[in-house]
Amino acid sequence: MTARDEGAGSGERPTPELYENVTCPFCGILCDDLEISRTGSTLKVLKNGCGRAHGGFERTLPPAKPMVKGKAVELPQAIEAAAALIKKAQLPLYGGVATDVDGVRAALSIADRTGGVIDHALSEGQFRNLKVLQSTGWIMSTLTEARNRADLFVIVGTDVHKLHGRFFERIVCTPESMFEDKPSKRTVVFIGEGLDTSAAKGPRIDEVITLPCKLDKVGDVLAALRARLRGTDLKALETTNEAASSTSDSHRPGFLSALRPSKRAAETTSPAGPQAIDGVSLADIDALAERCKNARYGVMVWAPPGLNFPNADLTVQQVSDVVKDLNLTTRFAGLSLGGNDGVVSGAAVGAWQTGYPLRLSYASGKPDYDIYRYSIGRMLAEKEGDVLVWVATISPEIVPPETNLPTIVLGTPGLKLKRTPDVFIPVGTPGVDHVGILVRCDNVVSLPLKNLKRAPLPRAADVLAAVEAAL
Amino acid sequence: MLIKLSGGKVYDPANSVNGEVRDVYVSDGKIVAPDSGARVDKEYDLKGRIVMAGAIDPHTHIGGGKVTIARTLMPEDHQIDQVAHTELTRAGTGHALPSTMITGYRYAEMGYTAGFEPAVLPANARQAHMELGDTPMIDKGGFVMLGSDDFMLRMISKKKDFELIKDYIAWTMHAAQAIAVKIVNPGGISAFKFNQRKLDLDERHPFYDLTPRDIVVTLARGLTELGVTHPVHVHGCNLGIPGNVESTLATIRAADGLPLHLTHIQFHSYDIEGDRHFSSGAARIAELVNKNPNVSIDVGQVLFGQTCTASGDSMRLYAGAKNADPKRWVVMDIECDAGCGVVPFRYRDKSFVHSLQWAIGLETFLLCEDPWRIFLTTDHPNGAPFFCYPHLIKLLMDRGFRQDMMLKVNPDALKYSSLPSLNREYSLYEIAILTRAGPARSLGLQDRGHLGPGASADITVYFDKADREAMFTTPELVFKNGELIVRDGKVIKVVQGATHVARPEYDKAVEKPLKDYFDRYHTMRMENFRLSDDEIIEDGRGEIIVQPTKARTQ
Repeated sequence: MTARDEGAGSGERPTPELYENVTCPFCGILCDDLEISRTGSTLKVLKNGCGRAHGGFERTLPPAKPMVKGKAVELPQAIEAAAALIKKAQLPLYGGVATDVDGVRAALSIADRTGGVIDHALSEGQFRNLKVLQSTGWIMSTLTEARNRADLFVIVGTDVHKLHGRFFERIVCTPESMFEDKPSKRTVVFIGEGLDTSAAKGPRIDEVITLPCKLDKVGDVLAALRARLRGTDLKALETTNEAASSTSDSHRPGFLSALRPSKRAAETTSPAGPQAIDGVSLADIDALAERCKNARYGVMVWAPPGLNFPNADLTVQQVSDVVKDLNLTTRFAGLSLGGNDGVVSGAAVGAWQTGYPLRLSYASGKPDYDIYRYSIGRMLAEKEGDVLVWVATISPEIVPPETNLPTIVLGTPGLKLKRTPDVFIPVGTPGVDHVGILVRCDNVVSLPLKNLKRAPLPRAADVLAAVEAAL
Repeated sequence: MLIKLSGGKVYDPANSVNGEVRDVYVSDGKIVAPDSGARVDKEYDLKGRIVMAGAIDPHTHIGGGKVTIARTLMPEDHQIDQVAHTELTRAGTGHALPSTMITGYRYAEMGYTAGFEPAVLPANARQAHMELGDTPMIDKGGFVMLGSDDFMLRMISKKKDFELIKDYIAWTMHAAQAIAVKIVNPGGISAFKFNQRKLDLDERHPFYDLTPRDIVVTLARGLTELGVTHPVHVHGCNLGIPGNVESTLATIRAADGLPLHLTHIQFHSYDIEGDRHFSSGAARIAELVNKNPNVSIDVGQVLFGQTCTASGDSMRLYAGAKNADPKRWVVMDIECDAGCGVVPFRYRDKSFVHSLQWAIGLETFLLCEDPWRIFLTTDHPNGAPFFCYPHLIKLLMDRGFRQDMMLKVNPDALKYSSLPSLNREYSLYEIAILTRAGPARSLGLQDRGHLGPGASADITVYFDKADREAMFTTPELVFKNGELIVRDGKVIKVVQGATHVARPEYDKAVEKPLKDYFDRYHTMRMENFRLSDDEIIEDGRGEIIVQPTKARTQ
């Protein structure tokens, strides 16, 4: 319990309790303008909720008790049982880590103490970004900056509206701008097929353009865009095809693959070279290049979980590269969304406490970072580690991978577990059952989370600290 | 419990004690006056030792978004210095961008008991304080950044009532839990977002009807009238550009007697003499600083080796990104509020430019006459990581050592600096001013940085070694609030320091236009923008100390 929980009173009143300026922890955008009422343990989103917010706040919690081997016990016994399992282990794995800043702090602390490995459930997506950050870096923007400044949004291969139901409402289609009394119109370009463009509408929106291609080809289109921005005549590249093909690595296609008029990359080839890149005509790419060059402040938007295909970091790399090129003459920036279930907080706290954004091992006593080796998904599949501690406090979908290892779960009640863990401890959701802090998807702003007093569940941070103390 | 530190040579400039052999008494975490009748519970025999207050770093980038971006950016820098946990201490990584716990341990192990993060973006203040909260051992505090935020620029350009501007400055200090205010490239971070690549002191902002001069003067005057002890902390225009000495001199003149602190002035002291149009402007700067008692500076000394530059100055860091080493960098535009740039850098002693930067910093130290107005910094990690401070102290105290080092740097660079002709050697008393008494006085830390009765018992005891680098690297004893936390340069007890803030008065009515502004333009509610005390201190993360401000004036 923290100081901020105190003095709130627990007596139920017949009239609903009203909460304003509530931060929603259910996606990485962390909208903080929700209004919510509570009657007993039932929450209702009154204002500014998207589907995900309604689903998250209004979910009915099944009754949940701490369990050891499927039998209900009191919390101290569950903590003892968890500590006993961890004490026996040589290499405990701390996975999930879907929690708030204090939860990550506590997870790092026990992982440090016990020589464990720590990884977030949604790391795979986040490393699509971090691989680019750690190899070339990037130029990025944040939500308020984009909301007020951008005149061109390029949505890169991500169904943003599906992932973040209020992104367009709050960032793109806003009625006002800081810099213009009569805000000018914005163009929205979607690169990729099957993306929901329906939210890009209203008086602020000028043109909505879609360049349809398969999502895993978006990087190729960006590579072609970059080539055109640099003045490269793609049609002239034909003669270099063979050299490019022979040196390419089929597992890690470079951007040259897009420029090769192979059957895969270019549907329409002529003796003069490709007319289209993965279904997007060169004329459309040229038109986009013009728009980008003429934008005053363009923003390329993606969400790492939306780029769910092999080597998606190369798509993020193209965004980084094309944005850097555009900044030679105008202003452009990337904006990464996603960041659900505390994955950005996990990387941030990991980086400030150890230098590394999780996927790290304390097995030697020192933090050791390896984004392949310390993937808990990989480790479980290859039977490494000897106990799994899984923390999932926000979404009930964040479930542990299949494993036969002894498993301890600190989870939100209703977590969709596939089997009964050795120890289950129900914990609160930050921003619903207790206060907390989460770092937003843009990795700059962090938001305070309120205690809406839905259920008297302990914080994951406190349970982890108690387990550590019991070791 | 009464502790007696007996027979050490005490350097306590705030109380004019210059190397006298004295006993120091500590009770309940405070320094107390000698009382011959009192029973001493614990005595330390410090014959032959040097005793000073715990050192204070007034400008060190140890917490907040850009520092953690830098940490994330540089895994290979951590791999050379991975630190295992012990019974007492947490694991982490060190070198140029130490993780938070290692930052705290290593500062304490070097005799420092406080460090101030000078670039807290209002929009990122919560994270900055979370990181400082995870930095044990030392006291800390933050300087909140203003001067490229839309609300301020809008008010200045529309010539709003000055009292309202002051209310906004004070409100922001409260909201971000800051002890001081910093300007970074006044207006320039904002201008860069409008695709302006350079903004000189008297150049018009591309959007707002104002110049950087207006911003500096507004904040200098605002903070003075609000009674905030630390003057406006200015990272000036044109960081790193040859010829920027002119805008730095003009900035000093622009203050026109108002209190002003110019930070990492080395990076702003470049002249354009010589074949390469790059030479030292340190002598010109020092001459004007010496003449203007309203001005204080810290140096931002460059020392050779791998580091990573990290700054709110997105405009200038973007311009410098072509020199990134290794070749990766981050620039961000942030929340219509601020920005940041993170560019890894390796200073090489064979490089003309880097050697000259090194010489300019040392010249600045040696030419500025009043040690109370100059503070010892490397602008960690921008000029060098903080663990280099003992080396820097030796460069200042030992002319022979300095000459030896001059033989190792690019010889051409020394032709464009007066460093080879400077013979000054700093005394221990002066070092105690630069690293303790001066920063404490400037920041308004009432009970830190000195050893008079009532002061917090933050005390560092050194062996008196001729090799000052060795001496300052490994103190024998460090006390924090009277507790022994370091012995022989190793942490023996982990403690949590305090967070220092200043809270000038403001009229709450400022929240009306602010709330409207947040609701219309921001992605965060004003209510959530403000940082509560509980967020900083909960879970045993120390206390908040509100340092006094003078009465508000008009």
